[in-house]
Amino acid sequence: MTYSDILAVKFHAMYILGVSAFYHDSAAVLLKDGKIIAAAQEERFTRKKHDARFPESAIKYCLDEAGILLGDITVLAFYDKPLLKFERLIETYYAYAPRGILSFITSVPVWLKEKMFLKREIKRGLANIGSVNKQIKLLFPEHHLSHAASTFYVSPFKEAAILTIDGVGEWATASIGYGKENTISIFKELRFPHSLGLLYSAFTYYLGFKVNSGEYKLMGLAPYGNYYSEEVKNYITKIKNEIVKIYPDGSIWLNQKYFQYATGLTMTKDSPWEKLFGFKRRNPNEELLEVHCNLGLAIQIITEEIVLQMAKEAKRLTGSENICLAGGVALNCVANGKLQESNLFKNLFITPPSGDAGGALGAALAAWHIFLSKARVVRENELDALHGSYLGPGVEEKDIRSVINKFNASATKYDDFEALANDVADFLKDGKIVAWMQGRMEFGPRALGSRSILADPRNAEMQQKLNLKIKYRESFRPFAPSVLIEDAASYFELDGASPYMLLVKPIKKNLRKQVPLAYKQLDVRQKLYYSRSYLPSVTHVDFSARVQTVHLETNPRYHKLIQAFKKKTGCSVLVNTSFNVRGEPIVCTPEDAYRCFMRTGIDYLIIGDFFFSKKDQPNWKKTDQWKEEFILD
Amino acid sequence: MDFLKDLIGFLKARKKYWLIPMIFIFLLLGVLIVIGGGSSVAPFIYTLF
Repeated sequence: MTYSDILAVKFHAMYILGVSAFYHDSAAVLLKDGKIIAAAQEERFTRKKHDARFPESAIKYCLDEAGILLGDITVLAFYDKPLLKFERLIETYYAYAPRGILSFITSVPVWLKEKMFLKREIKRGLANIGSVNKQIKLLFPEHHLSHAASTFYVSPFKEAAILTIDGVGEWATASIGYGKENTISIFKELRFPHSLGLLYSAFTYYLGFKVNSGEYKLMGLAPYGNYYSEEVKNYITKIKNEIVKIYPDGSIWLNQKYFQYATGLTMTKDSPWEKLFGFKRRNPNEELLEVHCNLGLAIQIITEEIVLQMAKEAKRLTGSENICLAGGVALNCVANGKLQESNLFKNLFITPPSGDAGGALGAALAAWHIFLSKARVVRENELDALHGSYLGPGVEEKDIRSVINKFNASATKYDDFEALANDVADFLKDGKIVAWMQGRMEFGPRALGSRSILADPRNAEMQQKLNLKIKYRESFRPFAPSVLIEDAASYFELDGASPYMLLVKPIKKNLRKQVPLAYKQLDVRQKLYYSRSYLPSVTHVDFSARVQTVHLETNPRYHKLIQAFKKKTGCSVLVNTSFNVRGEPIVCTPEDAYRCFMRTGIDYLIIGDFFFSKKDQPNWKKTDQWKEEFILD
Repeated sequence: MDFLKDLIGFLKARKKYWLIPMIFIFLLLGVLIVIGGGSSVAPFIYTLF
């Protein structure tokens, strides 16, 4: 009798808990007989961005959603192998000694108190939630296997090449594998300290953004660089000659003379970088200059080249027509878009929780399909097994009413959703900004129409207004469009669906406006405020957009709202940005939503069927120090 | 104890017995640092370890 049989005899349903924690973005995922019941990131509950603590709140939520107790969990799968990581730590310090002393002094206490005794820490965390099943099985699939499982097992493919790329797991920093039915084979690995994720993070750091969250900003900054300039060409040559060597199989070698991450507390060694690029590391508060944009563009181009080269190798090794991506680098939607345009693979799937939070999902699925050898069912003509990734806490009327009572708020309940959608579409058309909270929260870093701030993309002032008065973030950052799937091809050069906002695609040529010949030479501010298309608020300076296609079957309410907007304006696109302010995790509960609404210049808030207008609300507390509560990310 | 059992099993499986003296030194220095009250060093920009 196998372990799986024993468990099956004892329990009617088998519950597997996937957990990622202790590094970045801790999360929990619950499977019932292999089906995803709930998934959430800890930060959404604790309101601390990228919270890495053991995800007690997320686990509690998953158990509540399933209506079970902790004792019903039979397998807990943690997303990486701590002892392999420990091996990397020891070997790295040994290889670099005595240079890594500062890093050593910093990491040793954490390892001795916590990370060396991960099993104990997990059991401690679980004990705070409830009593654990004594027969619970703890599993530790490898970090990149967890990433691979998080994308292949939820993809709509029976077989596919799998490419995972991130900063670092245990030793691996990237892997190429092949998935078929319920199996995954890893063919090749790139190992620490050579890492595409760490290379991109090093440039993120040098250009004055925060590592592990500023990578999006760098990706958004890159298009401000001048593609045709000598400076960009020079930077690319310098980076390739000095910093990174790219091999034909997509593997890379990083010249450690330029990096500090293996032995120090920072990413780069500033003096050789200054010498190479001719300018100092940018201070986060310093103005963004052309050199910053051009260096950002250079590293973005190199990243795309490496991703493409790795994908070519995946194609050579697997011969598959399908590819699944995961790992932090798979959130680089510009590189994803280029990979799709290359036509190397017929079909591409990128898991929405591609970062470390998604490791919880992959670990749980690996436990089900690999450890327990359970078959995998792939349904034809379905988007994927995540069905829109709406796997987090939902909105209940009692919670909305409790917020209304607590803050003495004024709200109207609509009995007819069509009427609500109609009114909201009118407000959007009139240039108002609407916060939209419906159904279950998204799992993954993107807001996909459940916890979103919405606006009219035709309004030329909307990007500036949203950045500076609503989100309080850098003015250069672009906004993404949500478009009805049936109309997507009329607005964007998009072939197929992009339900998770993970592909950047050019806007259709007929929607673009003529720009002057000198446009490419304009500086950041001039480029930003130049009207480039008939959807100016979602058209980036290089005429691209990070598209989300909206599907009736996965988010009917959001789909209906955009349809109502289309009826009034002829436009089936909305600006969609996450419902939060800078540095704040996306709102989770109606109370988070109301607070965020009152702290910002948002005009209307919709939670479920309830409608809140800013002008009808009581005055907000002047003592609310939210800018201190959420530090700049 | 759990940890020691796992560590020995791990070293056996990986055939990396040469790491034993390194681990010993790591633990020794680590204990000294912890007893000495930890450090006032700034945290990592990015947690790799």
